[in-house]
Amino acid sequence: MVLGRLLLAVGLSGLAVLLSSVVACSHNSRDDSVGTIKVTGSDTMVNLANAWREAFEAGHPDISLQVKGGGSGVGIAALCSGKIDIATASRPMKPTEIETAKAKTGKEPKEFVVGRDALAIYVHKQNPIESISLGELAEIYGENGKMSAWKDLDIDFPACSGGEIIPIGRQNSSGTYAYFKEAVLGVKRDYRQGLTSQSGSSDVVALVSKTPCAIGYSGMGYYKADLVKMVKVAKQKGEPGFAPSVESALDGSYPISRPLYLYTLGEPSGAIQEFIQWVRSEEGQKTVEEQGYVPLPKEPAAK
Amino acid sequence: MSALPPKVARAGGPVLGGGRSPLRELPERLIEMLIRLCGWSAIFFVFGIFFFVFREGAPFLFHGLDLREFFTSTNWNPVSDTPHYGILGLLVGTLSVTVLAMLIAVPLGLGAAIYVSEFSTPKVREFLKIAVEMLAAIPSIVWGFIAYMMLNPLIIAATGAPIGLNILNAGIILALMSVPVIVSVSEDALKAVPDSYREAAVALGAGRWEIVYRVLFPAAKSGLLAAVLLGVGRAIGETMAVLMATGHANQIPTSILDRVQTLTATIAAELGETVQGDDHYRVLFVIGILLFAIAFAVNLTADLIVKGIRGKQNG
Repeated sequence: MVLGRLLLAVGLSGLAVLLSSVVACSHNSRDDSVGTIKVTGSDTMVNLANAWREAFEAGHPDISLQVKGGGSGVGIAALCSGKIDIATASRPMKPTEIETAKAKTGKEPKEFVVGRDALAIYVHKQNPIESISLGELAEIYGENGKMSAWKDLDIDFPACSGGEIIPIGRQNSSGTYAYFKEAVLGVKRDYRQGLTSQSGSSDVVALVSKTPCAIGYSGMGYYKADLVKMVKVAKQKGEPGFAPSVESALDGSYPISRPLYLYTLGEPSGAIQEFIQWVRSEEGQKTVEEQGYVPLPKEPAAK
Repeated sequence: MSALPPKVARAGGPVLGGGRSPLRELPERLIEMLIRLCGWSAIFFVFGIFFFVFREGAPFLFHGLDLREFFTSTNWNPVSDTPHYGILGLLVGTLSVTVLAMLIAVPLGLGAAIYVSEFSTPKVREFLKIAVEMLAAIPSIVWGFIAYMMLNPLIIAATGAPIGLNILNAGIILALMSVPVIVSVSEDALKAVPDSYREAAVALGAGRWEIVYRVLFPAAKSGLLAAVLLGVGRAIGETMAVLMATGHANQIPTSILDRVQTLTATIAAELGETVQGDDHYRVLFVIGILLFAIAFAVNLTADLIVKGIRGKQNG
């Protein structure tokens, strides 16, 4: 019974948070210089935000951070209701969301690009494939896709018995799943049924390393040279492919990469401003690179 | 195993205490109440959990969920722009993995129980019982890891399957997880058969195998069945290990080398990142209700069968 109550309470409070974030999109005025900065949003960025928290708190003992996931949409909605100070997002705010925030709070959401995330395509170490195009990936992962065997890609790979391509992806509530769908399949097309889905970025790499027939997508930070091979990705068949790297992600030649954002309501001040400045500083960007994401170029474009 | 019936406990108190003063009986009563509370708490928990799961799932179960699609479609795509909630593939996945696991675990478990209870020397028996208990103590995530890192390449090498995470892998892992349950419960059941049965059989000239097959099996029938059904329950409910061992791919399998996705693993993989209160969140609780119903059906069947057997024996 106690457990039931506890679960009820958790469920109810969750609902309450949701409702209030939808209904009342107004920002409570707060003293920005006080203690705790609340950060909520993207699941892709939870580990990164936690790494920031550890490094930042070590140098700023008077400021503490509270980091939560939930998804980019959840973070943006919570920002509008004034429940948090910073929303992390692996997608830009939609125009409608910006309008809502402006209408409800009178403040314009401020966007900070704090790094990039590149999704690498992984195959088994012995797989001879060097480059793959976005179109081919779509035929492997997409609904009614036409490619199901390695010979469809003109790859002769005897170590994979049967020659079938085993596409590996993420579970359907993951942000990576959503981004890969958008970047490779397009907004309209769904994934095909029967994909092997893994619950973590490193799980994808681990499974590919043990499965000769497999292909998988995961953040480039999870690359382990002794376990798997990274495939170059081309925008069109016939064009040169690019390996995911800090440079190719930044200049846009690597096609599956996206910016990572922080959002605040209005111009940040006090501790929040200090934190964002730190994130965009050399020290904060070092954490970005350590966590396997792409840091900002050395001279960050002033926002 | 079970506590003394209340009457005995109540009568025992004053005798042990020597006197019959109300003051002496007070701790006795308190403890009795406490124990009664413990007994009832199991029911409270079951109802509490069922209530919670049902309350989260019900809004979508009764408004919005197309039950025909739910049970007959294999299209599970809750995050698409036009979401589909077909769990046929997941149901077949759970079923296929459970059936294969039982095909392996029941003969293995019963065989082990018979050996431990009837044929082994006391020393070997103690050793084997400890070993089986240790098998039961391995956490399910470790089983999943074994499936993932060791069985996967082994199955690829042995069968030529394109990927070693499939029904076969999950069946083996689940069998190994269910065997300790089956062994210890059925060994208890065999031990509970009075020695006079065995002696009578020997006196009639029965061989050892005949004793097991003709005397012990019929006598211990209900206990053995309970053991098997407990094993089934373990296999259906297991989550973490099957999430890693099945390949977690939603499709109707055509061979035991195909990947599948189970009901439990779907909840585990998806619930953490859904938005609380939306359809995807609620449909996962509807699956929880379904799992409740399956568990209830398995237990009820077991109860009815066991009661039926007992009724026959007594009458």
